[in-house]
Amino acid sequence: MHIGTGHYLALSAALLLIGTVGVLTRRNIVIILMSIELILNAVNINLVAFSHALHNVNGQIFAIFVITDAVAEAAVGLGILIALFRNKETVQADEIDLLKW
Amino acid sequence: MNFLDQIWLIPLFPLAGAALMLFFGKLLDPQPPSEVAVAAGVEPVEDEHGHGGGHSHHASAHGHGHDAGHGHGHHSSPTKFLVKLICPGMVLLSFIFSVGAVWQLSGLANRSHQVILYTWLAGMPFHMANGGIATFSADWGFLLDPLSSVMILVVTGIGFLIHVYATGYMDHDTGFYRFFGYFNLFIFFMLMLVLANNYALLFVGWEGVGLCSYLLIGFYFHKKSAGDAGKKAFIVNRVGDAGFILGMLLMLSVLGTVRFTDVNAALRTGHFAVETAGFGVLSAMSLLMFIGATGKSAQVPLYVWLPDAMEGPTPVSALIHAATMVTAGVYMVARSSALFELTPNTSSIVAGVGAFTAILAATIALVQNDIKRVLAYSTVSQLGYMFLALGVGAYWVAVFHLFTHAFFKALLFLCSGSVIHAMGGEQDMRYMGGLKNKIPITHWTMWVGSVAIAGIPGLAGFFSKDEILWQAYSSPKGSQILWFVGLATAALTAFYMWRLMNMTFYGKSRVKAEVEAHIHESPAAMTVPLVLLAIGSVLAGWLGTPKAWTIFSDAWRGFPGWLQPVFASAAAEAAKEGEHSASTEWILMGLSVAIAIIGISLARYFYCIKTEIPGRIQARCKPLHSLLYNKWYVDEIYDFLFVNGLGKGGGRVLGAFDRNIVDGGVNGAGWLTRASARISMWWDTWIVDGAVRFTAFFVKMLSYPVCILQTGRVQAYAFFVVVGVLAFLGYYIAK
Repeated sequence: MHIGTGHYLALSAALLLIGTVGVLTRRNIVIILMSIELILNAVNINLVAFSHALHNVNGQIFAIFVITDAVAEAAVGLGILIALFRNKETVQADEIDLLKW
Repeated sequence: MNFLDQIWLIPLFPLAGAALMLFFGKLLDPQPPSEVAVAAGVEPVEDEHGHGGGHSHHASAHGHGHDAGHGHGHHSSPTKFLVKLICPGMVLLSFIFSVGAVWQLSGLANRSHQVILYTWLAGMPFHMANGGIATFSADWGFLLDPLSSVMILVVTGIGFLIHVYATGYMDHDTGFYRFFGYFNLFIFFMLMLVLANNYALLFVGWEGVGLCSYLLIGFYFHKKSAGDAGKKAFIVNRVGDAGFILGMLLMLSVLGTVRFTDVNAALRTGHFAVETAGFGVLSAMSLLMFIGATGKSAQVPLYVWLPDAMEGPTPVSALIHAATMVTAGVYMVARSSALFELTPNTSSIVAGVGAFTAILAATIALVQNDIKRVLAYSTVSQLGYMFLALGVGAYWVAVFHLFTHAFFKALLFLCSGSVIHAMGGEQDMRYMGGLKNKIPITHWTMWVGSVAIAGIPGLAGFFSKDEILWQAYSSPKGSQILWFVGLATAALTAFYMWRLMNMTFYGKSRVKAEVEAHIHESPAAMTVPLVLLAIGSVLAGWLGTPKAWTIFSDAWRGFPGWLQPVFASAAAEAAKEGEHSASTEWILMGLSVAIAIIGISLARYFYCIKTEIPGRIQARCKPLHSLLYNKWYVDEIYDFLFVNGLGKGGGRVLGAFDRNIVDGGVNGAGWLTRASARISMWWDTWIVDGAVRFTAFFVKMLSYPVCILQTGRVQAYAFFVVVGVLAFLGYYIAK
């Protein structure tokens, strides 16, 4: 069986779905961050798949940018998370509602 | 040398002395600061000393009692010697110039000499009461006439003796130079007072002596009672001074001048009628002047300051509160004789007040135990005599009594100072007695003074007092009531003076043992003035022998003749006097001498022979005794009426005014401000804030649905995002 662009896109869509549901439903922020990584990776697969299909290297370069971005974002996110934990003694997203009006 | 033209120098000598003492005295002051503590009367500390050597090594501090801190100086620095030389020396210079001037004055035909240095208050035109325009001016000018010549001789002569006395008496006080500075300053002001040629300049001296009196009464300012007495003297005098100023202004508005010669000339032209009936403008003028005199000369109702003035050192009592300053009122009234002659109603008041003061003060003096207080009330009483004489129109007699009184009362005060000195500060006569042989010079001189004041023939007091009684009886303005009051006062005078003598010098000693050992006669600086004054107390009266004493020619009746140019009425008075026979005068004279002797004998009997009698009388007449002992409660009445009543009550009225009117205005303004502020606040709250709040409320209402969405939960937001994305996605796909 030849694995074509359609498969990649299906995988990417599945990952995106899993990631989105994870972000929306899980309460632990660490897991939410991990879910975000999933979403980003879904994007990466998408980019790399189209780069491969169209023989255009731009997609791969963007994927590398996205990976870099994801790393930076994870670092900042975890930093914020630790600071938040020190103050609130919790990592549950539903317990942190400081931005209420 | 022409002394007459140099009379302006007479007051300047003491002024120079005073300036020297008060500006540079502190540099001369040899006292170490520790002396202050001693003089403050912490506790009398007596050095041990032998009894053989008299006073020269006497202990330093008798710093207690009323006269704090006098004793004998055991160290005498050269600077102190300088003070002792300068201050009495200045007064002596004044005395010499005075004698010279008076000697030359006696050679003048009209016996009046005026020296005007310059115009002091220059011309200010003003409308007089009668519509005319006068130019006010007052000179820095000096008038020497028989009246002022008597005064300057008394002030400088007796002033010099008291200065000398004070060098001994004040020897160990702190502020030696300060005392003499004030003392010289007093002499300066007193000489200004008596030499001034107009009422304005007289008033300068008048206030100046008041100031010096205040300063010297409060000389021991660390004692509260002394400070209070000084203030009392100053304030009570202020009441009188207000009268004097008003009288002076009235005089200015009626006569247009305050110069003595012009005033007298204007009053004697005949332009003004004698105000026999009613109370005209001249009567008001003279009455206001007399009010001034009652303050300075301690007459009812303003006499209350003089007894308290005894808080000052004894030389001060002698010089200021007996011999000179308190006679300023007498001098002023005598000086205004032309005015008082036109106002018989005021003169009657003067005579009445004088007689009343004389007997009131004499009754109080009967029961006082403080040796100086007896003398103080005696002074008030004798001043009453003088005003009695002034009131009945016998001006020369008043001045004559002033003259003799200056001698014997200064003598008595200085003797009492010598006694107090000997007793180491003790002033209570109950703790004296039997001092006669311990301080013989003091005793004999005081004996002379007491005889003189009691009115025994041959001594000064007899002549002047008897002349007053005679005038009170015989003068057209006099009456038998005035005479009788005077006679009763004479009896009381003899009694209380000899009560003082007997309690102090005779009988058994009641001296406290620790004081007894130190009793000693005063140094020569004190005893020599005593002896000189005693001689004066004997001789001074012979200048004005009674008319009935035909053994002397008219020339011997020195005083009336000498003062004749000043008191124009003397001649008329002499004519009236003739109506009463000489035999009446002899009888009255005999009566007053008899009553004086009775007083003396009674006092001797009560206080020397049968000493238990006064106690028995006191026990039987308890209310009367306490009435007299408490000075008729006049101080308490004044406290109630004026100090508490008018002072504090007036304070209450003013307080009410302050609370209701002044504070009311403030509060009202505050209330108005608050009311307008309330309106502003209401406007602000409901209109301005209302608009703001309404806008805010409106926005809030609008925003409410949106607020519901803002849960603060990140995942909810993310959910909305996803939903939104899906919605858009669905829309594009479906399209």
